[in-house]
Amino acid sequence: MYDPTVARLTYRALLGRRRALILGALPLLLIVISVVVRALAGADDQTAADLLGGLALATMVPLIGVIAGTGAIGPEIDDGSVVYLLSKPIKRPTIIFTKLIVAIAVTMVFSALPTLIAGFVLNGNGQQIAVAYTVAALVASITYAALFLLLGTVSRHAVVFGLVYALVWEALFGSLVPGARTLSVQQWSLAVAHKVTGGDLVTSDVSLTTATVLLVVVTVLATWYAGQKLRSLTLAGEE
Amino acid sequence: MTTLSIDHVSRWFGNVVAVNDITMTIGPGVTGLLGPNGAGKSTLINMMGGFLAPSTGTVTLDGQQVWRNEAIYKHIGIVPEREAMYDFLTGREFVVANAELHGLGAKAAQRALATVEMEYAQDRKIQTYSKGMRQRVKMASALVHDPSLLLLDEPFNGMDPRQRMQLMDLLRRMGDEGRTVLFSSHILEEVEQLAWHIEVVVAGRHAASGDFRKIRRLMTDRPHRYLVRSSDDRALAAALIADPSTSGIEVDVTEGALRIQAVDFGRFTALLPKVARDHGIRLLTVSPSDESLESVFSYLVAA
Repeated sequence: MYDPTVARLTYRALLGRRRALILGALPLLLIVISVVVRALAGADDQTAADLLGGLALATMVPLIGVIAGTGAIGPEIDDGSVVYLLSKPIKRPTIIFTKLIVAIAVTMVFSALPTLIAGFVLNGNGQQIAVAYTVAALVASITYAALFLLLGTVSRHAVVFGLVYALVWEALFGSLVPGARTLSVQQWSLAVAHKVTGGDLVTSDVSLTTATVLLVVVTVLATWYAGQKLRSLTLAGEE
Repeated sequence: MTTLSIDHVSRWFGNVVAVNDITMTIGPGVTGLLGPNGAGKSTLINMMGGFLAPSTGTVTLDGQQVWRNEAIYKHIGIVPEREAMYDFLTGREFVVANAELHGLGAKAAQRALATVEMEYAQDRKIQTYSKGMRQRVKMASALVHDPSLLLLDEPFNGMDPRQRMQLMDLLRRMGDEGRTVLFSSHILEEVEQLAWHIEVVVAGRHAASGDFRKIRRLMTDRPHRYLVRSSDDRALAAALIADPSTSGIEVDVTEGALRIQAVDFGRFTALLPKVARDHGIRLLTVSPSDESLESVFSYLVAA
C-alpha cells in the first residue's frame, strides 16, 4: 500500500524551495506572535487557549493542510508529470495512500509541532493546553490531508476550493452558523483536545464519539474516492 | 511479439468528435502515426497508453484491455509529448525513480541512460536540460523496463537535426529488435525517414494505412501546384505547356506570376530549370503552393 519511490518524489516536490518557504512562514509567524504575547502579557491560560484555538488550529492547520494536501498531487496532475506514476504497474490506491501519508506527515510537522512549541512558549503547557491543541492539530492534520488530497485529485482549482473551505466554511460560517460547526474538522479535533484537557478552556460543539466517527469516516471515504478518481483519471492531449 | 489492437474506437469530448471509428493493428517494427495538427493523434495515443477511455470500441494489447489495467504497463513504455517531468530531479534520479516504480534498481536505470547516451549529463538537474536532452531522458525512463511496446507522442518536436537523427537511429534499432514502436508526427519527412509502415489520421478518421512508399507515391503522384515568377512569364508558360508533365498554366496578372499545375512531379521538376535555361529566362520564384500537409492529406482522403 505504500511505495517509497512515490513518497520520495512527493516529499521532494512538496518541500521544494518555494513551497517550503510558504509552509515554514506560517509556523514561524505563530511562534513569533507567541513570543511577543508572552513577553507583553505574561503566561496566561486563557490567552494561550485563544491564540492556539484561533490562530493555530482554526487558521494555520487548515492552511498547511491545503498546501500539503493539494500540493501532494495537484501540480503533478496539472502539468501532466503524473503520467510517469500512472504508466507504471502500481495500483492507483497505493499512489494515493502513499501521497496521503506524505501529506499527513508534512502537515503534522509544519502545524502540530509549531503548535506545541507555541503552547509551551505561551504558558508552559499549563492545564495541558499546549498538548491538547497539539493533539487536535495532529488529528486534524490527518483529515485535512485526506480531504485536500481528494480535492487535488478531482479539481484543477483545488487550492482555491481548499482555501474557501478552510477560511470561509471553518472560520466564518463556523462562527456564524451553529449547524456548520458540526461539519467542521476543527470542531471534531477540538472534541479530541477537550478529552485531553478535561477543563473548560478547550471546548467543542461535537461529542467525542460523533467527532471520532466523522474523522474516521471522512478520512477513509476521501482517500478511497481519491483512489477511484485516480484510476479513471484521463490525461487529455494538448490538441 | 506484441500487437496493439484498436477496434472501432471513437472518442468524443462533448460535441466534438476527436477520434471517429478507427480500427487498426500495430505490430512489431516502427509504425508512424501521421496526421496534421489536431487530427486526433494525441487522443489516439492517450487511448493506446491507457490514459483516456474510448467512448466506444476497445484498445487491447495482446488481447488484454489497456484502460484501467495497471499491470499492462509492464509491457508499455511511454514517451509523452508534454514537457513536465519532475524538473527538480537530476536525470539519473528521474530514471532511477522510474526504474524503482517498475520494481527495478539503479542498474536498469544506468543501462537505459547509456542507451540514450545521456550518462554525461545524468547528474545535472532536468530543469537545465535542452529540449533534446529532456526527450532522451524521457526515452530512458520509457526504456528502463525493456518494454515490448513503445509509444511516443511527437518525439521529434523541437529537436535539432543531430538529436533527431540520434533518436531516429535509436527507434530504428528498437524496431529491428522486434519491439512494437509507434510514434506520432505531423511531419511527412520524419515519418518517411523512420517508418516502413504508416497509419494516417485526418480529422479523427483513419485515412490510410500500409506501406509508406505506396502512400508516398499516392501523395507525390497527385497534381502539384507551383507559383513561379520569372523574367519572362509568358515565354516560360508557352515552353512549359508544350510538355505533357504540365496540365495547366494560369497567368496571374495581379500577383505577377504563373500558377502551374504539374501532373508528373519528377519530370516537371527536372523540366522547369532546363526550359528556363534553354530560353534564357531567369527564374525568380519557384514555390509549391499546396505543399502543406493538410492539402496532401485532403488529397489522400479524397483518393
